[in-house]
Amino acid sequence: MRRCIMALFVTLWIAGCSDPDWQTKDISGLMPSLAFELIDENGNTVSADQFLGKTTLLFFGFTHCPDVCPTTLSRLDAATQRMDETARDEIQVLFVSVDPRRDDAETLDSYTDAFGPQFVGLTGDKAALDKLTRRYRVTYGYGEEDSEGNYDVSHSSAVFAFNAQGEARLLIRDSDPMEAVVADLERLTGEA
Amino acid sequence: MLPWEFSLAWSGACLLAIVLYLRGLRQRRRRGEATGAGRVLAYLLGVATIYGVTQTHYDYLAQYMFFTHRAQHLVLHHAGPFLIALAAPLPVLADGLPIRIRHFSGWRPIARLLRPVYRTLQHPLIAPVLFVGLIYFWLVPEVHFDAMLSTDLYQVMNWSMALDGLLFWWLILDRRTPQQGGLGYGKRIAILLAVIPPQIVLGAYIVFSKNVIFDVYEVCGRAWPLDPLTDQLLGGLLTWVPATMMSAIGVLIILSFLFRDARKEDAADVSHATP
Repeated sequence: MRRCIMALFVTLWIAGCSDPDWQTKDISGLMPSLAFELIDENGNTVSADQFLGKTTLLFFGFTHCPDVCPTTLSRLDAATQRMDETARDEIQVLFVSVDPRRDDAETLDSYTDAFGPQFVGLTGDKAALDKLTRRYRVTYGYGEEDSEGNYDVSHSSAVFAFNAQGEARLLIRDSDPMEAVVADLERLTGEA
Repeated sequence: MLPWEFSLAWSGACLLAIVLYLRGLRQRRRRGEATGAGRVLAYLLGVATIYGVTQTHYDYLAQYMFFTHRAQHLVLHHAGPFLIALAAPLPVLADGLPIRIRHFSGWRPIARLLRPVYRTLQHPLIAPVLFVGLIYFWLVPEVHFDAMLSTDLYQVMNWSMALDGLLFWWLILDRRTPQQGGLGYGKRIAILLAVIPPQIVLGAYIVFSKNVIFDVYEVCGRAWPLDPLTDQLLGGLLTWVPATMMSAIGVLIILSFLFRDARKEDAADVSHATP
């Protein structure tokens, strides 16, 4: 028990004074490192290891998403455009669709292409998605279908940032100002 | 019934609580001592609700929606421990311990070591501050955010609520009379009344807030698409109304203790008066 309390104090203490300069939410130590097995835009099974070596941004959404997803993805695109060129090449955005019923490899491919070359679309079956979303303590759910078969999907609005080694570092919210996102992404890519 | 995220600590604690209690009941029945059915029911229900909110699929909802999270804490901090303390299960649990453990010689030093800590936590001024303080602490937006992100912190949060709830209601619903070492009835009622206003203030603040205070559910996604402010409103109401109602119920129970003691005293006086 005492060891638990000590560990807690040390965690809080470290969390309390670690890097006050990050302008988005620092999640080092709070969340596990990048791991998944999903299907990419070409229909191939891919795992997280294949994406190490670059700063990785992870975002959950669906291509029929009316607002949050396109806004977030274009914001990320704008942020990377404002970074200097070398840093820009060190960044990749993984867009994980939690709506595999409508988002097949082809749909995902054309969707992410519209945003830029650094965007990679991924999806998987329910088991794979559940495992991944649970790992990052996010969830998703489906609304009721209307007469035309359209339905809403609730999903996380956060972007998780991992360093080149796949360690969880930052959580970017849609309320974070653009300057903060750019500054933190530049710093994160510079760490590698 | 199956756990969303299996935790050995929660499942083990609940299982142990039930097994020890049932063993104790059997021992007592053998000795011819009766245990009130109401108490047994309160105890089992208390443990069952705690299991229900931590180890069933309900835990999933509690992680991804604010109002269901508030309901979870209402059970962990108020209702569950309240029922358990009301059942005064300690003698039964002690009877349920295997003889070898009951006669273990190490209990005395352990008890001596823990007594000062226990005394401090159960001080009539500290207990209510701790009770309300913990509710506030885990609802500090930054703290709440981290607790909902990190699996470890989430567990620390829920355990701290459950343990503090047990301590608090144990102190309030202590079956011992003040003469037997229990806390004075006036003090108990004062504590129960003292914890009401801060909970009302917090609940009302959440209910009447026009902005989303706890954006972690927005960030992590909700269990089903529900308007964030509606979610927050429901959560605030749960923090406000049933939580403070528990105090009122507590006061009624203390009053019944008071009358019970008074009746006993009267009965004793009468028997003394008639030789």
